[in-house]
Amino acid sequence: MTDFFNFIIAAVLAACPLLLGTLGESLAEKSGNLNLGVEGMMFMGGIAGLAGSYYYEKAVAEPVAWVSVMIALVCAFLCASFGALIYSFLTITLRANQNVTGLALTIFGTGFGNFFGEFIGSTAGGYIAVSQVTKAGFNDPLFPALARIPVVGKVLFSYNFMVYLSIILAIWMWYFIKFTQKGLNLMAVGERHEAADAAGINITLYKYLATCIGGGITGLGGLYIVMNSSNGVGGVWVHNCIGGYGWLSVALVIFATWRPSRAMVCALAFGALSVMRFYFPISFIPMAIYEIFPYLATIIVLITVSLRKRRENQPPASLGLPYFREDR
Amino acid sequence: MSLTTSGRKEPFIRIARRTDISRTKTWIIRIVSVFFSLVSGGLLIMALGHNPVAVYRDMITGSVSTKTALIATAKIFVPLLGASLSIAPAFKMRFWNIGTEGQILAGAIAASYFALFQYQNYPRPVLLVLMFVAAVLAGGIWALIPAVFKAVWDTNETLFTLMLNYIIINIVTFLRTGPWKSPSSSGFPKIAMFDASARLPNIFGVHIGWIIVLVLTVFMYIYMRYTRHGYQIAVVGESERTARYAGMNVPQIIMTTVFMSGAIAGMVGFLIVSGSSYTLTDNTAGGYGFTAITVAWLAKLNPFAMVIISVFLAILKKGSNTIQTNFKIPASASELLTGIILFFMLGCEFFINYRLIFRGRKILEVPHD
Amino acid sequence: MSSVAIQLSGITKTFGEVAANKNISLEVYWGEILSLLGENGSGKTTLMNILSGIYYPDSGQVFVDGKEANIRCPKDSYELGIGMVHQHFKLVDNMTAAENIVLGLKNKGRINRKEIAEKVRQIAENYGFNINPERKVYDMSVSEKQTVEIIKVLYRGAKILILDEPTAVLTAQETEKLFAILRKMRDNGKSIIIITHKLQEVLSVSDRIAVLRKGEYIGSVKTSEATAQSLTEMMVGRRITLNIDRPEPENPTLRLHVKDITCFNEEGVKILDKVSFSAYGGEILGIAGISGSGQRELLESIAGLYPTTRESSVLYYPDESGQEIQLIGKRPMEIKRLGVALSFVPEDRLGMGLVGSMDIAENMMLRSYLRGKLGFTDRRHPRKLAEYVIRKLGVVTPGVSTPVSRLSGGNVQKVLVGREIAATPKVLMTAYPVRGLDINTSYTIYALLNEQKKKGTAVIFVGEDLDVLLELCDRIVVMCKGRVSGIVDGRTATKEQVGLLMTSLGEEAKV
Repeated sequence: MTDFFNFIIAAVLAACPLLLGTLGESLAEKSGNLNLGVEGMMFMGGIAGLAGSYYYEKAVAEPVAWVSVMIALVCAFLCASFGALIYSFLTITLRANQNVTGLALTIFGTGFGNFFGEFIGSTAGGYIAVSQVTKAGFNDPLFPALARIPVVGKVLFSYNFMVYLSIILAIWMWYFIKFTQKGLNLMAVGERHEAADAAGINITLYKYLATCIGGGITGLGGLYIVMNSSNGVGGVWVHNCIGGYGWLSVALVIFATWRPSRAMVCALAFGALSVMRFYFPISFIPMAIYEIFPYLATIIVLITVSLRKRRENQPPASLGLPYFREDR
Repeated sequence: MSLTTSGRKEPFIRIARRTDISRTKTWIIRIVSVFFSLVSGGLLIMALGHNPVAVYRDMITGSVSTKTALIATAKIFVPLLGASLSIAPAFKMRFWNIGTEGQILAGAIAASYFALFQYQNYPRPVLLVLMFVAAVLAGGIWALIPAVFKAVWDTNETLFTLMLNYIIINIVTFLRTGPWKSPSSSGFPKIAMFDASARLPNIFGVHIGWIIVLVLTVFMYIYMRYTRHGYQIAVVGESERTARYAGMNVPQIIMTTVFMSGAIAGMVGFLIVSGSSYTLTDNTAGGYGFTAITVAWLAKLNPFAMVIISVFLAILKKGSNTIQTNFKIPASASELLTGIILFFMLGCEFFINYRLIFRGRKILEVPHD
Repeated sequence: MSSVAIQLSGITKTFGEVAANKNISLEVYWGEILSLLGENGSGKTTLMNILSGIYYPDSGQVFVDGKEANIRCPKDSYELGIGMVHQHFKLVDNMTAAENIVLGLKNKGRINRKEIAEKVRQIAENYGFNINPERKVYDMSVSEKQTVEIIKVLYRGAKILILDEPTAVLTAQETEKLFAILRKMRDNGKSIIIITHKLQEVLSVSDRIAVLRKGEYIGSVKTSEATAQSLTEMMVGRRITLNIDRPEPENPTLRLHVKDITCFNEEGVKILDKVSFSAYGGEILGIAGISGSGQRELLESIAGLYPTTRESSVLYYPDESGQEIQLIGKRPMEIKRLGVALSFVPEDRLGMGLVGSMDIAENMMLRSYLRGKLGFTDRRHPRKLAEYVIRKLGVVTPGVSTPVSRLSGGNVQKVLVGREIAATPKVLMTAYPVRGLDINTSYTIYALLNEQKKKGTAVIFVGEDLDVLLELCDRIVVMCKGRVSGIVDGRTATKEQVGLLMTSLGEEAKV
C-alpha cells in the first residue's frame, strides 16, 4: 500500500510542471494565440530562475531560502514572459504566422537555455548549480507538520509549495474565465476576434496580456523541472533538460479541452504515466520502451479527441488566425 | 454649429494593407532584416564580452577556409538541404509535419539494419541500394501514420508528428542498449560502426549525398510546379473544399504527399548514417529536422532558395563549433542565432504586406479607378 | 443638442488602389430614418464602418452631435452613442444572448447574470422584442441573432443606430416587425441609418434617402418625393430597365430527376428531408428559401460532395436515347468520368469554386488538371481558356497571371461562371450567383444563364431575392427547413405565395 501512496505522491510531483505548462498555454490559446513555443519558454524560465538563484547565492554570504526562491520565481516568470512577448509582438502586432513563430520561439528558447546554461556554467568552472538552501526551498514540504499525519496527511500535504501554487492558479483561472467580465471578454477574443473587437474590447491588449502571463506561468513549469527534477539532481543545469515537457503541455491543452479544471486531472494522469516505471516495473518491458508511454498516450489522446467532435470540446474558434480590423 | 473636438486624437500610427510591392523592395526588406538580426546577435556577443566582428569572422573562416572545414560544413549542408526538401511538399499542403527528425531516424534505423546485419550477404552496390530503399520506405511509412489519421479523422498532425519523434528516439535508445548493442563496447552502450561496404563513396572528399540532394532540388522544383500531383498539393493546401469540389481525392493526396515527405527524410537518415557518422546514435537526426523547418519557411518553400539558406545555416552551425574552441562561446549559439534570424525574417513580412501611416500624413490625392 | 446627429465631411477611404469612399459629405438628423442606398460595391458599408470605428478614414472629418469626433475604434464609437448592427452578425456563437450583450462592458469582478437578464428583458419589453437571454447564439435563428445585436446596441445606450442590410435574411413578416420597432425608436428621437439596396423597403420605412454610387455621394431626397425608377437612376447613373428576360422554354427534356434526397450534418441533425424535383433542359429552375434551409447541402449532394442516405436518388439523363445515370453514391471524379456534364457554381466562390492565391489560368486547371502527359499538367489550354473567358465576359484584370483574390467580387464571379459554362454543361447549378454583384454584372449573369437555357441546358438557380426569382425562373422549388414546401410556376406565382411557402410547410402544392 505504501508503494501505491508513494506512487501517487510521485505522480503529483511529476504532474506539476505539466499542469503549469498546460495552464499557461490554455490562457494564451483562450485569447486565440496558438503558442507552440512552450518548450522554448520553459527553457527560458528554467535557466533564468536557476541563474537568478545562483547569482543571489554568490552575492550574499548567508543565502535565505525564501528570498532565493522568490528571485528564481520572478526571474523565471519574467524571462519566459519575454519569450512570449517576442511571440506576441510578431504574431499580434506584425501578424506573422503563429505556427512558425511558435516553432521559432522553441528553437530560440532551447538555444537560449542551453547556451546560457553552458555559458554561466563555464564561467563557474564546469556547471551551474544552486546550494542546498535553495534546493530545500523548492523541494521541502510546505506543511511539514500536516504531512506527518499518516496516509491522508502524506497524500495531501507532503508536497512542495509549487504544487499548491499551481493548483491555486488552476482554480483562479477557472474562476476568472467562468465568472468575471474580463474572463468573458477574453473568451470572446479567442472565439471571434471581430465580434470582440466590434463589442469594444481592446483585443490587442487582451492577447498580449494573456500570452505573456501564460508564457510566464509556462516558465514556472520550466523552473520546476530544473529545481525539482524527480531523480534527485535538482538545482543544476542539465543540457536539454526540458526534454519535451513543453510539447506534452501543448497536447494536454487539447486533452483538457481548454479547461483549467480538467487540466489538473489530465496533468495528473500524465504525471502518473511518466513515473509508473519506477513503481510498477514490468520485467519484459525495457526502460527505453517504458519512456515512450506518455508520448504514446498523447497520440492516443489526440486521436480520441479528433474522433469525438463535440461543440463543447472545440478549441477557441479563432485559434491560430491573425486579425487585422481593416481587412475586408 | 459649434465645432469643438471630443478630445480624441488621431492614432499615432495606423497600418494599411499594401496591394503591390516591387520584388526589389521585398528583397531589400528581407536583406535588411537579416542584417539587423546579425547586428542583434552581435550585440549579444558584445554583452558577453567578445568582439562581434572577430566572432563572426572566425565563424566564417572556421567553416570555409580549409578543405577539412569545408568538408565538415558540407556534411552539415547535405542533410539540412535534404530535410528541407522533405518538408516542402507537406508544408505546401499546410500539413505541419514537424516530425522530420523522427522520419530521419526511421530511415536511419532501417538503413542501419542492413548495414549491421546484412552486409556479409550482398555486394557493396546492392547493399547500398538496399539500405537506400529500406530507409526511404521506413521514413515514408513512419510519416504515413499521422497522415492516415489526419486524412481520415483530421487528427492534429503537428503534435502527432512531434510525439513520434520522442517515440523513435527511445526506440533507438532501446536498440542501442538492447538488441543492437555492440558486444565490443564496454561501459557506455553503443551500436557498432558500419562495415566499409555499407559506407557511401566520396566525391571531392564528401560522400555522394551532395549530388543526390542537389539533383533532388531540381527534381522537387519541377515536381511542385509542373506535375499533376504538385498541382493537387497546392490546391489541397489552399482549400480542401475546393480540392473536393474539383474532384480530388483529398485523403489520398494527403497520404501520398506525406509519404513522399517522410520518404525523403528517411533518405536523409540513410545519407547521415552511411555517409558521415557510419553508425546509429540517439543523436543521428541531430536537430536537422527542426532547423529544416526554418530553412523551408525562410525559402518560402522554393527549393533553390533552400540551397542558399542551407549553406548559410550550415556555415552558422559549423562556425559555432569554431567559436566554441576559439572564444569559449557555447555551440548552442547557433540555435540562438537561428532563432533570432527567424524572428526577424518573420517580422519583416509585415513590412512587405503592410505600410505604416503616421499621424498627420493625409493622403491628399484620391487614386483613380 | 444640435439638430444634426452626424455630420460627415469630406470622407475618403482607400484600400490599396481602390477608393471605397471619395470625398463624401453627408448629414443625419435626430429623429429620422435615413436609408443609405447604393449598389453593391458603392461604399455604403465602408462609410458606416468608419462611423462604427472599424475603419479609420484617410481624410475627412466626422462630427457627432456637433462635436468633431475621432473614432479610432469601436469603443470610441460606442462612447459617442453610435451602435451598428453589421450584416454579418458579430456575435460569439457559443455564448448566450446575455453574455454577448455585455461583452466588453466595464463590469468589475463577478458578472451578475441576473441583473443583466433583467435589464435585457426590460429593453425587450420596451420595444416589443422577443428574446431569451440565456439562449446560446448557435441555437438561434437569424432573426433572433439580429434581435440580440440590436439589444446589444441599445443596452449600451446608443442614440444613433446603424443597420447594414438588416432585411437580407428576414422573412416579410419579420421585416415588418423590425420596421415597426425602428419607427418606434425614431419617434423616441433616435437617429437611424439603414443600409440597403431593396427599393421597396427603402420607400416604405425611411424618411430620407441618401444615394452613393461608386464611392461617391450622389445626393439625398425625401422619401415622399422619390420613386423606384428615380432612385435606380441615381444609383446606377443612367436609365435602365429593371426587367429580366424570360424566354419561353423550348421543348423541355428531362435532365435531372431528384428523388427523396435526405441527409444529415456532422452533428446528426437532418438537413434535407426527402427532397424531390425534376429539372428540364431548356428551363431555369429556381430554388427559393430562407438561407440555411438546405439549399447548399442540396446542390452539394447532387454534385457528390455531401453524404446522403441510401434512399436518396439523383438520376441524370444524358440525352433522349442514353441510359440514365445514378449520381448518388458516386464521388465527383466518378461522376465526371461517366461523362455527366454537370457544372456547379457554388455559393462560396473563393473558398470552394476557386483558389484565391492562384491566377486565372491555374484556376481554369481545376477542371482540366487531369489532362496532360506523364503526370505533368497541361498549362497551355487552361491559359487559352482563361484568355477566352476574360475576353468573352469582360473580366477586368491586369492579366492572366493575376491571383483571383486580387480581383473584385464581380470579376471573381465572372471567372467562375465563365469556367463552368465553358465546360458545355447539360446541367448547370448556380448558388446565389449574383450575391454581392452590382446591377450591371448581375444582368450579365442573368443573360449568361438565359443563353444556357436557350442552348438546352437545365439551369438550377438558387436565389435569395424573390423579385429576381419570379422574373427569371420558369418554375420555383420552395424550400423550408430542409423540405420542399411547394413547387410553383414562376410566371403565375406571387411574392406573397412564395414567401408563405418559405416559412410554412403547409399544403404541398405541386404544379
